[in-house]
Amino acid sequence: MKKIIKYVMTDILRNRIVLAYTVFLLITSFSVFSLEDNNSKGLLSFLNVILIVVPLVSIIFSTIYVYNSTEFIELLVSQPLKRKSIWLSLFTGLSSSLALAFFIGAGIPILLYQTNAIGFMMIGIGILLSIVFVAIAMLAAVQTRDKAKGIGIAILLWLYFSLLFDGLVLFLLFQFADYPLEKPMIAMSALNPIDLGRILILLQLDVSAMMGYTGAIFKDFFGTYIGGIFSFTVLLLWIGVPIFFSTRKFNRKDL
Amino acid sequence: MIIASNVSKQFGKLKALDNVSVTCRKGECIALIGPNGSGKTTLIKSILGMVVPDSGFITFNEKNILHDWKYREQIGYMPQIGRYPDNMTIGHVLEMMKDIRSKTLSIDEDLIKAFKLNDLMHKRMRTLSGGTTQKVSAALAFLFNPSVLILDEPTAGLDPVASEIFKDKITSEKQKGKLVLITSHVLSDLDDLITQVIYMQDGQLRFHKTIEELRNDTGEEKLAKAIANVMIKN
Repeated sequence: MKKIIKYVMTDILRNRIVLAYTVFLLITSFSVFSLEDNNSKGLLSFLNVILIVVPLVSIIFSTIYVYNSTEFIELLVSQPLKRKSIWLSLFTGLSSSLALAFFIGAGIPILLYQTNAIGFMMIGIGILLSIVFVAIAMLAAVQTRDKAKGIGIAILLWLYFSLLFDGLVLFLLFQFADYPLEKPMIAMSALNPIDLGRILILLQLDVSAMMGYTGAIFKDFFGTYIGGIFSFTVLLLWIGVPIFFSTRKFNRKDL
Repeated sequence: MIIASNVSKQFGKLKALDNVSVTCRKGECIALIGPNGSGKTTLIKSILGMVVPDSGFITFNEKNILHDWKYREQIGYMPQIGRYPDNMTIGHVLEMMKDIRSKTLSIDEDLIKAFKLNDLMHKRMRTLSGGTTQKVSAALAFLFNPSVLILDEPTAGLDPVASEIFKDKITSEKQKGKLVLITSHVLSDLDDLITQVIYMQDGQLRFHKTIEELRNDTGEEKLAKAIANVMIKN
């Protein structure tokens, strides 16, 4: 298994797209931090970039990579290797390369400008989100043989998680405005890893004071020890569940 | 060595394999023959575990291959269309395979030498011609001295010289008591190689005979003519 991870990682790290992604993150992060005189303001602007770009790049790149490795996967499947370990190696290779790219591109500037709990939190969320979206991408890619369809599914999933989900939440909020929705909102946030990441970071920042009553409820829940454990468990579930289903599907797939 | 019992596989509406049962023993050299789309490649892929049968089972050395992967250490497979990662060189691919199958001690580089692949080691897989890719596939199939060789259309795309080298190699491996399974449409290539013939049509196994039986039944000396005879009768 280690050997396959090695081959996947060397292949990805040589890839120009991943290099461009790292450079893009580096440029944005340094420019955002040097534009604002207050580092925590810079962090807030950078948060929005991360929450859009990291999932997008992770999901699209991983889907395309899985499709482009069809030959490689076929070659490996005819060899004395477990299918499960081929698939998990591919996942480990992809997620560790993208996490590394994120760490170099965004993690190092954050550490330079904001070496505190918020900074570490942001790096952690960024890395977790990268891995979550690799897992989701692999689930999308294993469903269909058609590359165009697979990439389409990946884009739709990204659209859903970054835009449609928020719309849906707003819609529900307006429809049920007469009811106390603060607690169900906590459960709702667990349905979207991006939202969960956003809440976790915003609560660390001063701006959380402007989020009103919902913000207070969130702070009450996510700010606690149990809330922290809950949100990290949910994020880990967002990695584990898609990977479990895609591995199961891949095990039975005809190549 | 390899026993398939009542294997069926359906792709959508198409029955690729319909209740196929075969027994392959050591030292045999079996030709899988049949029209296009008769299920030859699907049968091979089922043996390799690349395709999972809908019903029936396949055993390798008396062990069911379902959920097993170790048995593939003993198989050398040459696919019909070898597809390799585009930006790896021949050297990388060979290196990687050796790395993955490092448990095998004896490495057989005869074909690499015979095909003069050593001069092409730095070439990337996407720049190779179809024939050279076939040579790489062939070299890989024989590289680890496997006890079973599964060759899917091996001589298609090879030039006459390479084709001869390849046939000599198969003959010498056969004499070592290995099981060789070949599919091919170039029947004249198979004449002096094979000991048995499996004929498939529409996913069904029509017959499994030794070459002598087939010659006696059809009264033809050449395999090509004997098979043509069978195909017309069907």
